[in-house]
Amino acid sequence: MKIAVCVKQVPDSWAEKKLRDGDAILDRESVEGVMNELDEYAVEEALKIVEANGSGEVVVVSMGPDRAAEAVRKALSMGADSGIHLADASLAGSDAVATSYALAKVIDGRGFDLVLFGSESTDARMSVVPAMVAERLGLAQLTFANKVEVAGGSVTIDRVSDNGIETITATLPAVVSVVEKINEPRYPSFKGIMAAKKKPVETLSAADAGLDTAQIGLGAAWSKVDSFAARPPKAAGVVVQDEGNGGIAIADFLAAQKVL
Amino acid sequence: MGEVLVLVEAADGSVKKVTTELLTLARTVGEPSAVWIGPGYTDAAAATLGEFGAAKVYVADGAQYVDHPIAPKAEVLAKLVADVSPVAVLVPSSAEGKEVAARLAVRTNSGIITDAIGLTSDLVATQSIFGGSTVVQSKVANGTPIITVRPNSTAPVAAAGAAARVDVSVDLSEAATKAKVTGRAVAQKGGRPELTEAAIVVSGGRGVGAAEGFGVVEALADALGAAVGASRAATDAGWYPHTFQVGQTGKTVSPQLYIANGISGAIQHRAGMQTSKLIVAVNKDAEAPMFELADFGVVGDLFVVLPQLTEEVNKRKG
Repeated sequence: MKIAVCVKQVPDSWAEKKLRDGDAILDRESVEGVMNELDEYAVEEALKIVEANGSGEVVVVSMGPDRAAEAVRKALSMGADSGIHLADASLAGSDAVATSYALAKVIDGRGFDLVLFGSESTDARMSVVPAMVAERLGLAQLTFANKVEVAGGSVTIDRVSDNGIETITATLPAVVSVVEKINEPRYPSFKGIMAAKKKPVETLSAADAGLDTAQIGLGAAWSKVDSFAARPPKAAGVVVQDEGNGGIAIADFLAAQKVL
Repeated sequence: MGEVLVLVEAADGSVKKVTTELLTLARTVGEPSAVWIGPGYTDAAAATLGEFGAAKVYVADGAQYVDHPIAPKAEVLAKLVADVSPVAVLVPSSAEGKEVAARLAVRTNSGIITDAIGLTSDLVATQSIFGGSTVVQSKVANGTPIITVRPNSTAPVAAAGAAARVDVSVDLSEAATKAKVTGRAVAQKGGRPELTEAAIVVSGGRGVGAAEGFGVVEALADALGAAVGASRAATDAGWYPHTFQVGQTGKTVSPQLYIANGISGAIQHRAGMQTSKLIVAVNKDAEAPMFELADFGVVGDLFVVLPQLTEEVNKRKG
C-alpha cells in the first residue's frame, strides 16, 4: 500500500495575509508558515490506513518554496516515511491549474494506490486542486470525505455535500480529499521528530520533474489579478451593556436597518 | 449577445436559489443558458429557470450523470463548451460546483476563478479574500472563463426567458465512471434555510455552554426565518453538528444579517463571516474581538438577551 499525501505550507492563521504590490502574489515570506490544517488530517488518515493495512508506505509530497520543507518535515515527524519536495523559483505565482499540473507530474508513474489531500487550503480556499489532479491522472475522485475505508483493493468514503452524505466507492488507485475532524491528527513525538531528520526527502527542481516551463509560474497563469485593495475599514459599531433591555435594543437596531 | 452557461443546482426537483442568482448575474454578461444535468427535470424547474431569464435549458437527462460524482457533469459541460463556445460558464460555489468547475477548467484549457461575489459585463470578477480583508478584481486569461459564484452575492431579479429545452448527451469517459455513488443520506431539511443561502444567520459559540443551550439560538433563528450556525468551539464540543460550522475550516457565509452569540470572534471564525452585510454580537465579555466587527453589540448574558429579542421579533412580526 503506497500512499501519497499532498501538503501545502500556508501562512499561519493568525498572520495577516497580504498580496504583494506589483505582482499580486501572496506574500509568504513575511509571515510564519505552517502545514495547512486540513493537510494534517490527510497525513493522519494516510498513517491510519497503512496501520490498518499492516504494512505500507506514506510519501509526503509538497510543491512550495524552500521553506515548505518544514511542512514536509512535520509530516515525516508524524510518521510519513519519505518526502518529495518540488521547489523552483519558476513555480512562484502558479495558479491552481498549474499547481495541479506540477503535482500530477510528480505523482504520476510512482505506483501510488492512493493520493490524499486536505479538501482545501486556508490561504487560497479554492478546493479545486484535488479534483484537477484526479482529472489529469484519470483517477477516481473521492473528495470531501469525513470517513475513509480501504479494503480489498477498493476505497469507500462518506462524502459531505450540501444535501447530505453520499457514499462513494472505487477500486484503487484513487484520489481522496478529507475534511476537518475526520480524525485527530497525532502530535509528533520527540522520537518522531528526531527520526524525521533522517528520513529521505527528494528535492526536485522543475527540470527534475520534467515540467514544461510554459505551463508554470505567474506568467503562465490562466487567471490574473487586475487590481486589489484593502477592504475599507468598517465604521465602528455601537456596543451597549445589557441593563434589562438588551434584546429590545437589538430589535430596535434591526428595525432601524429595515431588517425587522 | 454571447451565450453564458449556468450550471443548475437543484434539490428535490426544485431549482435552488443560487441558480436564480447566477442566471441574474449571467444576464449582465450575455444570454443565459441553464444546464440541467441528471434525471428529474420537471416543468416546475423549467418555469423557474425561464422566470429568471434562461433562454435555453440544456438537459442531460440520465442517471449515469449523477451515479458517479463530479466528473460526468464536467464532461457534459466540456461538450457544451466545445459545441456552443459560450463567453463564460457560471457555476455555484458549492463543494460540487467548485469541483465540477475545476475539472472543466482542465478539460477545456481554461482559467478558473472561484468564489466571485461580483462580475462585470466584460467578465472582471470581484473576489473577497483573506477573510474579507482584501478585495480583488480578477480576470481569466485563457480559454473560456469559468467562474464559481458565491451564494447571496447577487439579488435574483426576474426577467422572462424562453427556457427552450435542448437535449444533450455525452458518452462518459472511463475515468469519469470509476467512482460510484452507492448511497445517499439526505440531510434533515428541518424547515430552516440552508446556511450558505440564508439571508439571516444566527450563530452560537462557546458562550452557549452546552448542546441544550442552542435552544435559545434556534428559537431566535426560527423567529427570524434564519439559518443556525455554530463556531468551531461549539462543534468541537459536540453541541452542534459540524455541518453548521462557520469559519476558516467550515462554511463561509455572507448573509444580510449575522448574529453572533457567545462567540469571541477569533480569526478562524471571522474568516467565515466577515463579509456579512450587518453583524450583531452578544457576549458576556466586553473585550470579545467580535464587538470590533459588529455594527451593533450587546454585552450581556445571551440566555437573557436572546429570549427577549426573540419575543420582541415575534411581537413586531404581528
